Amino acid sequence: MIGWFDAHAVSMVDGVAFGLLYFTLAVGLSLVFGMMDVLNLAHGTLYLAGAYVAYLLSDGGWTGLLIGLGAGIAVGLAGGALLAALTQPLAHRGHLDQALLTLGLSIIGAEIFLVSSGGETLATDPPAALRGSVQVAGHTYPSYRLVFIGIAGMLALAVYLAFERSALGALVRATVADRDMVRVLGVDTRRVLFGVFAAGSVLAVVGGVLGAPILGPSPGIDGHVLVLSLVVIVIGGLGSVRGALLGALLVGEVDTLGRAIAPSYAAFLLFGAMFVVLAVRPRGLVAV
Amino acid sequence: MRRLLAPAATAGLVAAPWLLDSYAISLASRILVLGLLAMSVNLLTGVTGLPTLGQAAYFGVGAYAAALVARAWTQIGVLHLAIAMVVAAAVAAVTGVVAVRARGVVFLMLTLAIGELTYSAALQWDTVTGGSDGRATPAVTPFWGLPAVTRDGHVYLWILAAFLALFAVVAAVVRSPFGLALKGVRDNEARLRADGYPVTRYLLVAYAVAGGLAGAAGALWVSLQRFVSPSDLGFQVSAMALIAVVLGGLGSMWGAVAGTALVVIARDYLGGKLTGELSGRGSLLLGLVFVAAVYLLPRGLAGLSRLSRRAPS
Repeated sequence: MIGWFDAHAVSMVDGVAFGLLYFTLAVGLSLVFGMMDVLNLAHGTLYLAGAYVAYLLSDGGWTGLLIGLGAGIAVGLAGGALLAALTQPLAHRGHLDQALLTLGLSIIGAEIFLVSSGGETLATDPPAALRGSVQVAGHTYPSYRLVFIGIAGMLALAVYLAFERSALGALVRATVADRDMVRVLGVDTRRVLFGVFAAGSVLAVVGGVLGAPILGPSPGIDGHVLVLSLVVIVIGGLGSVRGALLGALLVGEVDTLGRAIAPSYAAFLLFGAMFVVLAVRPRGLVAV
Repeated sequence: MRRLLAPAATAGLVAAPWLLDSYAISLASRILVLGLLAMSVNLLTGVTGLPTLGQAAYFGVGAYAAALVARAWTQIGVLHLAIAMVVAAAVAAVTGVVAVRARGVVFLMLTLAIGELTYSAALQWDTVTGGSDGRATPAVTPFWGLPAVTRDGHVYLWILAAFLALFAVVAAVVRSPFGLALKGVRDNEARLRADGYPVTRYLLVAYAVAGGLAGAAGALWVSLQRFVSPSDLGFQVSAMALIAVVLGGLGSMWGAVAGTALVVIARDYLGGKLTGELSGRGSLLLGLVFVAAVYLLPRGLAGLSRLSRRAPS
C-alpha cells in the first residue's frame, strides 16, 4: 500500500495542482448558478483568455507574470461585467436561453483564439527561476507546480474564508439560499450578482494566467476545462464553496491518477465517478 | 393558407434533387439526418422538459449498429434503420433507468456523462468500432430490388423517405395521449403523479423512444457518409442538436428541423464562403447566430409563426 502511494506520489501531487486549478474555475461557475440560475457556458473561455494573456506577456521573468496577473484581473472584471449585463435580460427565460447565449459567446471566443493563434498549442514558460525541478522525499517535482499549489491553495483558502466567515460572504450565501428574502430585506441583489459574477470571472482568468504553464492555451482547452468544472460543481453540489473545493480535488485526483494508472480508461473513471455520485446523491456531495 | 404549408414543403423537399446542385443536396441530406437527431432531443427537452446533452450517444450506437450490419451482413437500408432503432432504444432503456430519476441540470449532467462514456467506449473498443480510425461502409441499398444508391440525389431521396416516415410517426406520438402525458410531466409533474400516472415509467418509455429515433438518425448518417468514427458522437454533436432545438423553439418538431437547417447552413455553407483571415471559420458565424437568436427570437423560429398567426393579415 505504501509502495503504491510512493509509486504514484508525483501523480497525486499533480492531481492536487489540477484540482486547485479546477477550483478557481468551478467556484465562480457554481456561485453564479446557485445565485441567479445562470449557467455560464462561456466560463472556460475566461480561462482561455487568462492563459492567452499569460502567453502574450510572459517574458521569462517576474515582471511578465505580475503584469500578466494585473492584465488578467482587468480582463476578468471586464468579462464578468459583460457576461452579467448580457445574461441579466434573460433572467426570467430559463436555462436553455442562457446556454444558447453563453455557448455562442464561447464559440466566438474560441474562433477568435484560433484565428490569432493559428490553431496551435502555445507553450507558455513560467518565470525562469521556477523552470527547474526539485527533489522532495526521493521524487522529482517541477518547481512551478509546487509554487502553483501554494498560491492556488492560498487563493482557495481566501475564497473559502471570505465566503464562510465574512459579512459579505454571509450576504452571498443568503442570496444563494433565498434571493427574494434578501431582496425584501432591502438589499439590491443585482449588485450582489454583479459582484459575484465579476469575482468569479476574475478567479477564472487569474486561474488561466497562473495555470498557463501547466495547462496552456490551445484550441479546445476552453471546452475541456468547462466540462471538468461542470463535473466538479455537479459532484460537489451547486452553490457551495466547500462542495466546489471537495469536488475539484476529487476530480483532479481521479483524472490525474486515472491517466497515470490506466490512460485508456481515464474518461471512464471520471464520468463513471460522476455518474455514481449523481445516482447516489443527486444534489452533490455538499448539498446546499 | 397554413393548411397548404406542409404539403408544399413536402413537395419542395421531394423536388429538391432536380432543382439543386450536388453540394446543396448533400447539405440538405445532412440537415434532414441531424434534424431527426434534433427531433429526438426535442422529444425529451421540448416536449417532456428534460434538457439532454447525451443524444449523440444513441445516435452513435445506431450509427455503429448500422455500420456493423452493413459490413457483416446486408446492405438493405430499411434493415439498417430498423436494427439501429431497436439497438439504440434498448441501450437508451438501460441507461435511462438512472437518468430519468433526475430532473433539470442534474439530468443534463447525467446525460452529458452518458455521452462522454459512450464516446470513450467508441474510442477504446477498437475491435468492434475501429477506434479513432472509424469504420467505412459500402453504399446502401434502400429496399430489396432497388439498386445501391451512390449519387447524392439518390442518397437524398432515401434519407428523405425515411425522414418523412419518422416525422409522421413522431408527430403522431406527440399528439397521442402518451405525448400529452409527457407534456403534462413538463408542465406539472406533481399533478400528474397525483392523478395516478406512473410518471417514471412514462419517462423511461419516452427516453427509449427518443433513443430509438436518434439511433435511426445514426443509421441514416452512415447511409450518407458511408463512414462512422467517434467524432460523430462527440459532445459537439449533442450540443449542436440541443442548440438547434432551442433555436427552433422548444416543443416544435418542424422548428427543431428548421433550427438544424440554420445551424448547418451557417456553419457549413456560409462558413465555406468566408475568405482571407476568416476562411474556414464557419463556427464564428454560428456563434454570432446564437447570440443574435437569443435576443431576436425569444421563442425560436417556431415563435415566428405564432407571431404571424396573431397579426391581422
